[in-house]
Amino acid sequence: MGAFKETKFPADAPAAQKALGWVDDRFPLTKLWNDQWGKYYAPKNFNFWYIFGSLAMLVLVLQIVTGIFLTMHYKPDANLAFASVEYIMREVPWGWLVRYMHSTGASAFFIIVYLHMTRGLLYGSYRKPRELIWLFGFAIFLCLMAEAFFGYLLPWGQMSYWGAQVIVNLFGAIPLIGPDLSLWIRGDYVVSDATLNRFFAFHVIAIPLVLLGLVAAHLIALHEVGSSNPDGIEVKENLGPDGHPVDSIPSHPYYTVHDLFGVSVFLLIFSTVVFFAPEMGGYFLEYNNFLPGDSLKTPLHIAPTWYFTAFYSVLRATTADFMWVLMFFVAAYVVFVWLKSRLARTTKIAIAVIALVAIIGMLPQILDAKFWGVVFFGGSVVILAFLPWLDKSPVKSIRYRPTWHKYVYAVFFLSFLTLGYLGTLAPTDARTIVSQVCTLLYFSFFLFMPWWSAAGTFKKVPDRVVFHAH
Amino acid sequence: MKFPKRLLAILALLPGLAFANEGGIALDKAPDRSNNMAALQHGAKLFVNYCLNCHNASSMRYNRLKDLGLSEEQIKANLLFTGEKVGEMMTTTMKPNDAKAWFGVVPPDLSVIQRAKASGAGTGSDYLYTYLRTFYKDDTRPTGWNNMVVPNVAMPHVLWELQGVQKVVMKEVPDPHAHGKMIHQFAGFEQVTPGKLQKLEFDTAVADLVGYMEWMAEPAAQTRKKLGAIVVLFMAVFAFLAWRLNASFWKEVK
Repeated sequence: MGAFKETKFPADAPAAQKALGWVDDRFPLTKLWNDQWGKYYAPKNFNFWYIFGSLAMLVLVLQIVTGIFLTMHYKPDANLAFASVEYIMREVPWGWLVRYMHSTGASAFFIIVYLHMTRGLLYGSYRKPRELIWLFGFAIFLCLMAEAFFGYLLPWGQMSYWGAQVIVNLFGAIPLIGPDLSLWIRGDYVVSDATLNRFFAFHVIAIPLVLLGLVAAHLIALHEVGSSNPDGIEVKENLGPDGHPVDSIPSHPYYTVHDLFGVSVFLLIFSTVVFFAPEMGGYFLEYNNFLPGDSLKTPLHIAPTWYFTAFYSVLRATTADFMWVLMFFVAAYVVFVWLKSRLARTTKIAIAVIALVAIIGMLPQILDAKFWGVVFFGGSVVILAFLPWLDKSPVKSIRYRPTWHKYVYAVFFLSFLTLGYLGTLAPTDARTIVSQVCTLLYFSFFLFMPWWSAAGTFKKVPDRVVFHAH
Repeated sequence: MKFPKRLLAILALLPGLAFANEGGIALDKAPDRSNNMAALQHGAKLFVNYCLNCHNASSMRYNRLKDLGLSEEQIKANLLFTGEKVGEMMTTTMKPNDAKAWFGVVPPDLSVIQRAKASGAGTGSDYLYTYLRTFYKDDTRPTGWNNMVVPNVAMPHVLWELQGVQKVVMKEVPDPHAHGKMIHQFAGFEQVTPGKLQKLEFDTAVADLVGYMEWMAEPAAQTRKKLGAIVVLFMAVFAFLAWRLNASFWKEVK
């Protein structure tokens, strides 16, 4: 870092250029712009699946801006909250629009994030050297779920109140510390004004701050190694005479204008929902949530919002009877690992011991199905984080995997969607069986991935990306 | 309890029970009043006269009724009764403790009830339209009234003067779940005493009232849709232009 050097401009240079020069001498503005976007070289073969990262950023900004305006009028008090939302809907100029944008934005955020993760799965975006991007993304996903959960209590409707009651009570299933933990989270023996006040703080500032930090880290990690692409080729291994990858193009103007198009299509769909179907048949704004929360009246059917229902299905599928099936599967998995894996002997013994402890813990006399339901509920989310180390495929992208791998992915996606759909419905015996089968398929996709992902005849990965001139 | 009374109690509960198992009775479709100012004004009149005696609509400000084409003077002259000002919210004078003592439950706030009662069975308007027209005489209930949509409801038939008194007609049919047994099944209503309105007039009046409650649940609905048409049209044009702009830049990429 040398001594300060002032950039000299000719006297007749435009004022804007001199102003930018003044800033650049004191703050790396142009450098940041060029490194992060303007001259950030990205593979030229991005397809439809690559729009969702930009859309996620857009919706984050949308939620923050609409959230700020809502916070100006919302009252985080159990006696005033519900009415304050109606005040926003009726009396605040454009309040109804801000509210609908925020509620639709929340659901849009999850649709976008699930599709964004699907891209990661399809093209192996989480493979080395991008594992950390995936881990930051996983942390963002956890924060997003927490943000949505805390935010959902704020309207203080029947579903808000009882959904929070059910989920916080899940923590009570943890042995020894459970009830005290639930009490600490709630700030009271039941969900009450104390809970609302703290959830408001978490939703409005605590988690948004963490989210912004994690999104920054996610992007820094991405720009450090460079974007992957639908062919899974490392474009930086093939540099041109100008020092940039031959298969890459500068983000500006090509991806500026490309993302602009993607954003315009998203906003078209988004506006259609906001203006014509903000309730979305009761999925984006639950009908039951238009009743003020009443601690004395339990709804017949408590279901979480649609974006949590897949994981909720796993929780509900873990019945006392299903515990025996799970114990068998744990044992069978350990046998499989012993026979098929090439882990060290000590590691295999450790796995067997842990599994044995778990199986004993799964006995009804030790820890009941409610506890294990919470464990598998959490496990169904956390297992995503391990993806970079479970995938042993020699190729990154689904394009060059054996064709039958596509069917494995299809079964996984169908299981997830089925679990999601069943989570919106009241449980019946038949639906519980289907949820249980889908739960096993869902976990099997990950737990057997080290083997199936390396099996079969892989196709030759080309040297250059597959790009068709527009 | 003496046998005849017990039998009457069972028979009275049966209509509710027979349908409660199947998840409620089929809901009638409420006629659409959303573009009919006269009907909505009529609905407002019915609402203020019949509902605010016990229910609150505490998010609904009286002067918002100007959106229905009424002037403040008209609202003050016709729709304000108990000394409220036109800028105040629609509240009831019945105290919650009294209501709890008299009915066993506090009458719910009706501001957004039309949105809350939507379900797979129909819209909130369908629910309210069916609910308000299926009260029937039931001497076993404290109020003397029962209802098909909400069995053993605590609310009396507020509109009885308009509809008159109807009773339930039951018929014996074979039990679909137990072979060889017979059960009682709902076979329609029968008018016991006439009301001020004929059946069709009453259905129309209730449709107006329900239309008003739909408007009250979301006063910005029509604005939303009108603005939405313009916004979506704009976004469609914008997306088309963005598409062509994108295509023109990417022609350069080999």
